[in-house]
Amino acid sequence: MTAFILRRSLQSIIVLLVMSLIVFVGVNLVGDPVDMLINPEADQLEIERVIRDLGLDRPVAEQYWYFMVNAFQGDLGRSFVFGEPALKLIIQRMPATMELALFSLLIAISFGIPLGVYAGLKPHSKISRTIMAGSILGFSMPTFWVGIILIMFFSVHLGWLPSTGRGDVATYFGITSSIFTLDGLSHIFLPAFNLALFKLSSVIRLARAGTREVILQDYIKFARAKGLSETRIIRVHLLKNIMIPIVTVIGLEFGSLIAFSTVTETVFAWPGMGKLIIDAIYNLDRPIVVAYLMIIVLIFVTLNLIVDILYSVLDPRVRIKGVS
Amino acid sequence: MKLKHIITMSVAAIGLSFAANAAELRVGLQSEPSSIDPHYHNLGPNNGFATHIFGALVGSDENQQHFPDLAVSWKPVDETTWEFKLRQGVKWHDGSAFTADDVLFTAERAQNVPNSPSSFVTYLKGKTFSKIDDHTIHIKTAKPYPLMPNDMTTVKIISAKAGKGAKTEDYNSGKATIGTGPYKFVEWVPGDRIVLQRYDDYHGTKAAFDKVTFKPIKSGPARISALLAGDVDFIDNVPPLDVARLKKDKSVQLSSGPSNRVIYLHMDQFREDSPHIKAKDGGPIKNPLMDARVRKAISLSINRDAIVERVMEGIAVPAGQLLPAGFHGVSPNMKPDPYDPKMAKKLMAEAGYADGFKMVIHGPNDRYINDAKIAEALAQMLNRVGIEASVETMTKAVYFGRASRGGPDKSPEFSFMLLGWGAGSGEASSPLKALLHTYDKSKGMGAANRGRHSDPAVDTLVQKALATVDADARGKLLAAATEKAVGENYGVIPMHYQVNTWAAKAGFKYQPRTDERTIVMGLSAN
Repeated sequence: MTAFILRRSLQSIIVLLVMSLIVFVGVNLVGDPVDMLINPEADQLEIERVIRDLGLDRPVAEQYWYFMVNAFQGDLGRSFVFGEPALKLIIQRMPATMELALFSLLIAISFGIPLGVYAGLKPHSKISRTIMAGSILGFSMPTFWVGIILIMFFSVHLGWLPSTGRGDVATYFGITSSIFTLDGLSHIFLPAFNLALFKLSSVIRLARAGTREVILQDYIKFARAKGLSETRIIRVHLLKNIMIPIVTVIGLEFGSLIAFSTVTETVFAWPGMGKLIIDAIYNLDRPIVVAYLMIIVLIFVTLNLIVDILYSVLDPRVRIKGVS
Repeated sequence: MKLKHIITMSVAAIGLSFAANAAELRVGLQSEPSSIDPHYHNLGPNNGFATHIFGALVGSDENQQHFPDLAVSWKPVDETTWEFKLRQGVKWHDGSAFTADDVLFTAERAQNVPNSPSSFVTYLKGKTFSKIDDHTIHIKTAKPYPLMPNDMTTVKIISAKAGKGAKTEDYNSGKATIGTGPYKFVEWVPGDRIVLQRYDDYHGTKAAFDKVTFKPIKSGPARISALLAGDVDFIDNVPPLDVARLKKDKSVQLSSGPSNRVIYLHMDQFREDSPHIKAKDGGPIKNPLMDARVRKAISLSINRDAIVERVMEGIAVPAGQLLPAGFHGVSPNMKPDPYDPKMAKKLMAEAGYADGFKMVIHGPNDRYINDAKIAEALAQMLNRVGIEASVETMTKAVYFGRASRGGPDKSPEFSFMLLGWGAGSGEASSPLKALLHTYDKSKGMGAANRGRHSDPAVDTLVQKALATVDADARGKLLAAATEKAVGENYGVIPMHYQVNTWAAKAGFKYQPRTDERTIVMGLSAN
């Protein structure tokens, strides 16, 4: 077990190193940040000073070397635009993105599983067909468009929910979050639903497929024969067994929920990391782009590692493979 | 429906009566300032925002005309010295008094902010500040310098007491953010909001709102829906596509006005063999853009009215020079070129290009209003006079770097490009100096001359104007330089002046600004 974790950690570090090289070289080959930063009325000398100050006059290899030396000391560079450490800026905005991702995960699970199970239990009913058609829409509609439509309907037309920004925050148990206030909840609902839509659809599909499979199993028939109530069969025998694939997928996809919150954050002006990265890409704020991608890679690698470890604990077959 | 309207109106009326008591204003901004430090980043969004908190020696109104702010008067006392009389009795937000020491401190600090991605050296270098008494300062330059008041509109004055040893972080946190402006700083949550509060001891017209919250909302549709949903009261940069629809909406009040930004074409005038120009058969051809007749032909083949009407949805003004009428140094004689494809073809033939040529138009696709669509319309128009033009647009982050330094030896890469220029100083000297004066690093001239247009006669006129302190004489020189460089040489081809649109909820009206800035002091109840 220890050997497995060690080896996986080592692999993760190699992945991080390779990613850092690809990302760094990639963003440094594209565009020229100077013209994004400088006042157009600046003269040639001032333009040259900025190029020098940002280290853009050095070859990419040299810039990468400095980046790596600093990175090992926990410094991922300074934002060109804000002049502050990139890592600090990202961590500053991380709680907003995390709360958005967690809340939308909650929406995906709490709506997705009941709907999916229902569709699995009564596959031919009209409601089930509607649910499944809805899940196809959820998969295929572009997030940006859905976001605007949600705003137009719930905020502009009905006036029920605020259209933009994060609400008031409150601190409980050492965690500062906007989901602890009513104002915060009203602000988070639309963006979280927008972000959850894709995940919601996949949870519905997974839950339905699982239900259809499990409901035919002998132990369900046996439970029925024993005369157990339908709710108990669903709660205990069915749900427990369909949860394994759902949990796996949700765990692995949580990373992508964070990484792909960019579009939702832009539409709803949510002050999270996603909005920061989009702005950084537009302005060619390279240190932020690099630092952000490194953090995302780290999150993915860690999540994968955790899932792998959990798997090897849960499923003996994986463990044997892992040790051999 | 009627009833609904009555209810809406009465709700709006209640809102108005509250507004008279001046409650809170929420503003949806397209671009968030990158810092609260007024000297960290010399760029539009930062400079505009800083105006709420900080004053400058000279104020700049919605038409970029000067008015007394922290200085009550200014005049040249000899060839190379300007005297500024400072306003008496001005109090900083912390209650201390404003004196000449603050100005001297500012002049020193504004040039030396660490990590500044674009500094105020541009406006301060070569100037020596000295204190005559507590409310008089002298600024000396090596040569006569007429643009002193213009430069002094850009640099925000900070408190020497609060700013001593302060870093950019201390301004962002509010620790050092002590100004003389109509609003006091409360807090900045990056990406989320900036909150300001009315300053009761302001020396000018008192602020209209007790509290102002700026929310950065980058996406245009999201900004509009936030306004329609009532989550913000006022937004900037309304996309032209939405203007027609919003005009019909009674709950919204639009304000638009032409800006100091001209959209123009820059043409390669320094390479015999231009990289993106070929003969019709794909073979090499001597760069036709070096011939002023060809450049004029291109100008005559552009139907500016059609571009304004169809591409810009009517929200732009056809341009015949570098700045719209009303600015200092514009020529009274220059009109936008007429659409005359026949004449254009004749000129092309005279220049020896009767068969036309092939050319790539390069442009950004996310910098100016409808930039990519303008380039496409332009290509079609040029095709009609025999120039086989194709269009290549790209994101601004890639475009401007290549347009400035993408070629060999850091020369401009493109042959024919669509660009825009906003005259920050509010004077024709700004575009003339940067776009049409010969590229000269040692003099700091022609820094944005991406076509490398060069005419000694224009250079002389521009330099003479920049050394002429007398405003009228300078204005005439600038007009003459424009007539020569644009009217005769076609060094650049002006297309149109951009028009910016703001939208506020009904009951408020914004006074549109030519410098495109969003400053809430320009917002009033009507």
